[in-house]
Amino acid sequence: MTGEIGQLALCLALALSLLTAGAGLSGARPAAGTARSVASAGALGMLVFIALAFGTLTYASVVSDFSIQNVQQNSNTLKPLIYKITGVWGNHEGSMLLWVLVLAIYTAAIVFARRTHERMTSAALGVQGLLAAAFLVFILLTSNPFVRLDPMPFEGAGLNPLLQDFGLAVHPPILYSGYVGLSASFAFAAAALITKERDWVRAARPFMLVAWIALTLGIALGSWWAYYELGWGGFWFWDPVENASLMPWLVGTALLHSALATERTGAFRSWTLLLAIAGFSLSLIGTFLVRSGVLSSVHSFASDPTRGLYILGLIFGAIGGALALFAWRAPSLEEGAAFSPVSRETALLLNNVFLAAATATVFVGTLYPLALDAMTGTKISVGPPYFALTFAPIAVALLVLVPFGPQLAWKRGDARAAIRLLIPALGLAAVAGVALLALTTPRSLAGAGAFALAAWLLAASAIDLWKRKVPSAGAIASALAHAGLAITLIGIAGTTLWRSEALEVLAPGESMYVGEYQLRLDGVAGASGPNYQAARANIAVLRNGTVIAMMHPEKRFFPAEGQETVETAIRTTIFSDLYLALGDHRDQTHWIVRAYVNPVAPLIWLGALVMAIGGFAALWSRLTRRATAPNAIAAPAE
Amino acid sequence: MEPTDAPRDSTERNRGTGGMKQVLAALFLLLATLPAFAARAPESLADPALEARARTLQKELRCMVCQGESIDESNAQLAADLRALIRERIKAGDSDEQIKQFLVSRYGDFILMKPPFDASTYALWLTPFAALILAAGVAIWVVVRASRAPQRKA
Repeated sequence: MTGEIGQLALCLALALSLLTAGAGLSGARPAAGTARSVASAGALGMLVFIALAFGTLTYASVVSDFSIQNVQQNSNTLKPLIYKITGVWGNHEGSMLLWVLVLAIYTAAIVFARRTHERMTSAALGVQGLLAAAFLVFILLTSNPFVRLDPMPFEGAGLNPLLQDFGLAVHPPILYSGYVGLSASFAFAAAALITKERDWVRAARPFMLVAWIALTLGIALGSWWAYYELGWGGFWFWDPVENASLMPWLVGTALLHSALATERTGAFRSWTLLLAIAGFSLSLIGTFLVRSGVLSSVHSFASDPTRGLYILGLIFGAIGGALALFAWRAPSLEEGAAFSPVSRETALLLNNVFLAAATATVFVGTLYPLALDAMTGTKISVGPPYFALTFAPIAVALLVLVPFGPQLAWKRGDARAAIRLLIPALGLAAVAGVALLALTTPRSLAGAGAFALAAWLLAASAIDLWKRKVPSAGAIASALAHAGLAITLIGIAGTTLWRSEALEVLAPGESMYVGEYQLRLDGVAGASGPNYQAARANIAVLRNGTVIAMMHPEKRFFPAEGQETVETAIRTTIFSDLYLALGDHRDQTHWIVRAYVNPVAPLIWLGALVMAIGGFAALWSRLTRRATAPNAIAAPAE
Repeated sequence: MEPTDAPRDSTERNRGTGGMKQVLAALFLLLATLPAFAARAPESLADPALEARARTLQKELRCMVCQGESIDESNAQLAADLRALIRERIKAGDSDEQIKQFLVSRYGDFILMKPPFDASTYALWLTPFAALILAAGVAIWVVVRASRAPQRKA
C-alpha cells in the first residue's frame, strides 16, 4: 500500500500546486481576495501532501519495503536505522522529493509570513506553485520514487558507503534549504515585477537571509565531509558540483548587499531584482549539473542523462520567463536617490562588482570544459590552478576593500574619516604579516599576505563595533560575517601553505614522522560494524618520545555494496589537525599510512559558522523588529 | 583523449554500481586475502629535490579515471602508474616541461589541471578579467549618473 499512498499524495500535491499557481497569480489583481485565500490554502495543502509522500518513502525505507524499486536499489536490511532515514535523500529520486519538500516548506512560510502586500505575496505564492508543479511533473514522469518491483527481491542493493555518514545526514537538507530558499527571493522578485510593488525587498529579506545562512552552512558541511571522508586531507576541490553550490552563494551574498541599498535608499532597484532572479537561476543550473549527469564527479552518484533535457527545459522556462518579465517591467522602475561617489552605496556596488566577476569566473570555469567538449570534442580540465589564478585575485581584491564599506555613511561618506578610523587595523595587518614572515618556515609571502589580510578584516570588524558603543544587531551581523571571512581565510591559507605530509609503508612496530609527531604503528586489527568489516589501525602518536594519543584510522569494506571506504582519524587541537588515513596493505604485515599535519584547518569551518551566526543576527534583528514595530521602516545593517 | 583509455575509464567508475555487486564482493574478498594486492605505494625518490619536483608535478596532473582529483590525491591504479612514470622520467633527466609534453601527447590536454592558454581557451582565461572590467565599467557609469542626479528625497 505504501507505494500507492505516496504516488497518490504526489498526484494530489501536483493538483494543489497548479491550484496555488493559478489562484496565486490571479490573486495579484486588486479585487481578488478569494483567489488569495485559495492560494494560501493550496500552498498549505501542497505541503501536507508532499510531506506525506516524503514520509511514505521514509517509512518504506525504514521497514525495508523492497517492493519499492527505489528502496531496493538504495537500501539494505543491514543498514543502520539512521542511514535508512538519511539514505532517503542519498539517491536521485529521494533527493528530488526532498527538493520539492523544501520548496513546499518555503511556500508555506510565505503564507505565514504575509502581513502586508497581499497582492505581491499572492503572486509570489503563484510563482512558487508553478515551480512546485514543474518539479512534481519532473518527479512523476522521470524520477518516480514509488515505482514497484515484481517479484519483490529479498534484499536491497544498499547505499553507497561514502554516503553512510553523519555528513550525508545533514549536508543535503541544509544545502537544499539554501538552494531552494533562493526560490522565495526569486518568487518575490517576479511578484514585485508583476504587481509593480516597490517595497518587495522588506518582505523577501528574511527569506534571503535564511537561504544564505543555509547555503553557507551547507557548503561548509560539504567541504568538511570531503575533508574527513575522502582521505587525503583536501577541503575544496573546485569540483563542478562544489562550484554549483558556490555560485548561488556568491550571488546570494551580492543580493544581500545590494538589497541593503535598495531597501534603504531605493538604489540599484533593478539590479537587486536581477540578482534575485540570477540567484535562483544558478540554483536551478546547479540542480541541472548534478542531476542530469552531464558531469561525472565525486558527487554525481545517482544520475541519469535522460533527465537532463527536462530540467534544461525547466531552466529555460523559469529564467526566460523571469527575464522577459524583467525586460517588460524594469524600465518603468523608479530610480533611487542620488549618492556621492564616496558613500555606502558605492561600497555596496563595488562589493557586487567583485562578486559578479567571481561568479562569472566560477561559471565559466565550470561550464567551459563541457561546452568545449560538446562543440569541438576537445577535452580540457579546469582544475585548482585555474581558480588560483583567476578567482583568488578577485576574491582578495574584494576582501581588501571590505572594511571600508561599514565606515561610509549612506548618500555621502567621509573617506578621510573612514581611513583614519581604520589606521589601527592597517597597523595590525602589517604586524601580522611581518610576524608571519619572521616566525614561520617555510617562509611564504602569500601566507604572510593572507594573514595580514585576515588581521585587517578582524581588526576592522572590532573597530566597527567599538566605534558604535551600542552596536545595532545589523552592525553586529555585518561585523560577524566579515570576521568569519577572515577566520576562514586564515584556515585556508594555513592549511594550504604550511601543511606537512608523509606517506610510508609501515609494519607493526615501525614509525614514521610528520611535523612534530612520531607515529608508531602498533598493529592493524579486524573489526566489524553493523554492515561492514574493517581493518582498524592502532597508531601511537608520540611527541618528544612520549605517547600523547592513540589514533585509529580504518578501512571499511561494505559487502552489500561491494565497496570500501577510508575512515580517517583526525586529532584536532586549537592550532592544527593531525590527520591519518590507512591505505592498502602491501602484504600481510605492511600497511600504507598517509599522515598530514594541517595547521589551523578547523578555522576553515569555524569561519563559516561565524558567518552563519552573523546571518542569524541579521535575521533575528529583522524578525524581532517586525514583531514589535510592523510599520516602522526597517533600517538595514549599518 | 585516445580511445584506448575509454574502457578503463568506464570499468573504474562502474565498479560496484552495476548488477554484479555480489560477484564483485566475492572477488574482493578473494583478492583481499592475497598478499601484495595493492600496488599503490610510496614511490619516493631518494633525492629530496627530485622528489619535491615529482610532488609538484603530481599536483598539476589529473587522474584520468577519477574525475576531479589530481594523481597526487588519487588512490586509483592509473594514478599510481603515472606517479611511477613521472619518477622514472625525472631520474632519466627529463625536465618538468618535457614530462608534461610527453603526458599531453599521450593523454591530451585533459591531463593538465591547469588548462593551456591557446586559441581554444582564450575565452576561458580572459572571461574573469573581462567580467571584472565590464562590471567595473557599469559601476562607474552608475556612480557617475547617481552623483549627478538631483536629490529627490532627504
